[in-house]
Amino acid sequence: MFPVLSRKVYGKDLVYFDNAATSQRPQSVLDMWMRISSESNANIHRAVHRLSDEATQAYEQSRDAVKEFLNASCREEIIFTSGTTASVNLVAYSFGEAFLREGDEVIVTEAEHHSNIVPWQLMCKRKGAVLKVLPIDDSGRLVLEKLDELLSDKTRIMAVTHISNVLGIINPVKEIIEKCHSKGVPVLVDGAQGAVHCKVDVQEMDCDFYVLSGHKLYAATGTGVLYGKKKYLDAMPPYMGGGEMVGTVSFEETTYAPLPMKFEAGTQNFASTATFKPALEFVNLLNDKELVGNIDNIRDYLFTELSNDSRIRIYGVPRGTMDEKIPLFSFTVEGVHHEDLSLILDKMGIAVRSGQMCAEPLMDRFGVTGMLRASVAPYNTMEEAEYFVKCLNRAIDMLI
Amino acid sequence: MPEQGDRYVDMTLREAENAIIDEFSMYEEWLDKYEYLIELGKSLKDYPESAKTDDKLIKGCQSRVWLDYRVEDGRIIFNADSDAIITKGIISLLIGLYSGRTSEEILSSDFSVVEKIGLKENLSPTRANGLVSMIAKIREIAGINA
Repeated sequence: MFPVLSRKVYGKDLVYFDNAATSQRPQSVLDMWMRISSESNANIHRAVHRLSDEATQAYEQSRDAVKEFLNASCREEIIFTSGTTASVNLVAYSFGEAFLREGDEVIVTEAEHHSNIVPWQLMCKRKGAVLKVLPIDDSGRLVLEKLDELLSDKTRIMAVTHISNVLGIINPVKEIIEKCHSKGVPVLVDGAQGAVHCKVDVQEMDCDFYVLSGHKLYAATGTGVLYGKKKYLDAMPPYMGGGEMVGTVSFEETTYAPLPMKFEAGTQNFASTATFKPALEFVNLLNDKELVGNIDNIRDYLFTELSNDSRIRIYGVPRGTMDEKIPLFSFTVEGVHHEDLSLILDKMGIAVRSGQMCAEPLMDRFGVTGMLRASVAPYNTMEEAEYFVKCLNRAIDMLI
Repeated sequence: MPEQGDRYVDMTLREAENAIIDEFSMYEEWLDKYEYLIELGKSLKDYPESAKTDDKLIKGCQSRVWLDYRVEDGRIIFNADSDAIITKGIISLLIGLYSGRTSEEILSSDFSVVEKIGLKENLSPTRANGLVSMIAKIREIAGINA
């Protein structure tokens, strides 16, 4: 089902534990990409010919699939982008243009990926606004009590990650949204990891924006989604100008296309975006109890093994129950550099992430230069997890 | 286990490079090569904390590498350190070859030794960039002192 998983690296069976960075693609996703490229390659929305019609349909069916997946109230609220980063940048720019003035405030958290920090910094710089940061505690949880202090009558928007790509703890986004809404502040939720591990219902969550990446969700790379409440998307000016996003164009005045086209300027990555549909069909299959049970067992096993090793420090420790933790473990080993470990594991056939993981403020918070991260997907097996633990021990022994 | 620095001192640079290539060819498994580099890294000692300054830091590595030098009788003596042990082994291997040589000797090398022992192709791109930066720094120092 996942062709790449059967390959070998350095003569060893590949164990792919870097799923939080990008997931592997099922055959159905590869087939869709190939089908569009080899049979229906034509620019979408523009021409009346058959190929264009097929490509457009595949693209728009993905929009319907994403709408269903997120339970958005209408398909106009689903904007396709190139990924989570592009989605955040779009909101930071267009929302900022519409709603931010000098002296206004924006809140992010200490647990954010650079992609959910830097666009807001740029926005604040452009608008003369102030960026405020909600801290986390030593276990990796957001300190919610501080939010009340941070929220002021100058706060215009808050951006928070559903699940940090480093800590793997599911944040209480609903509670955060309620708090923010009570002060009239809209919330953007970074769902790059959240959409992979949680059942997301944007209406129930009541978030104002939800952003995600296709490539972490079994779809092709270069794909992303911006969900936004229509009232905000309507009020926001376009992010990029170009083809497709216009109503009428003249040198004196241009009017814009209605949603969602208003935010989809230029030729879209239609062959890749069309893969959202088969990718989300795969996600629906995963709701199968057996598969979910399997990944929960792997998560619990890895957590037990890693936390019982006194040389290892895990970042993002669940409190009491494992329900708030996804199968993602970032850790450091006393006296061992993360890069050495990942190099040795690589030669054992194991792909893990090492380094700052695009979250330098988090690294600083914990006083480390980097971490090692193992992140598991439903296609991984318990045997792989056991092999990983064995290899990790061997690698640590080599280095100490 | 290898003791860097002394073994190659009586050889020409070319001979020393060939000796390293021979030595590496004995290890077929990557993990054995890493064991070798780890030992080399451990053998590199006495880099003063006070010399871990930004001007001696080599950019482009996921780990941090500091490279310092002094010139004695027209020969460049290198000293280095890293917070990661495999990287430290690599810089140790490099300075084992190039330390104690004149800038002319260093600049005459094409540094193809790192490709011949498979270091460049088998390290991740960021890592290989680190290696490239290390070599560039050694060449730069040789150039300044030519």
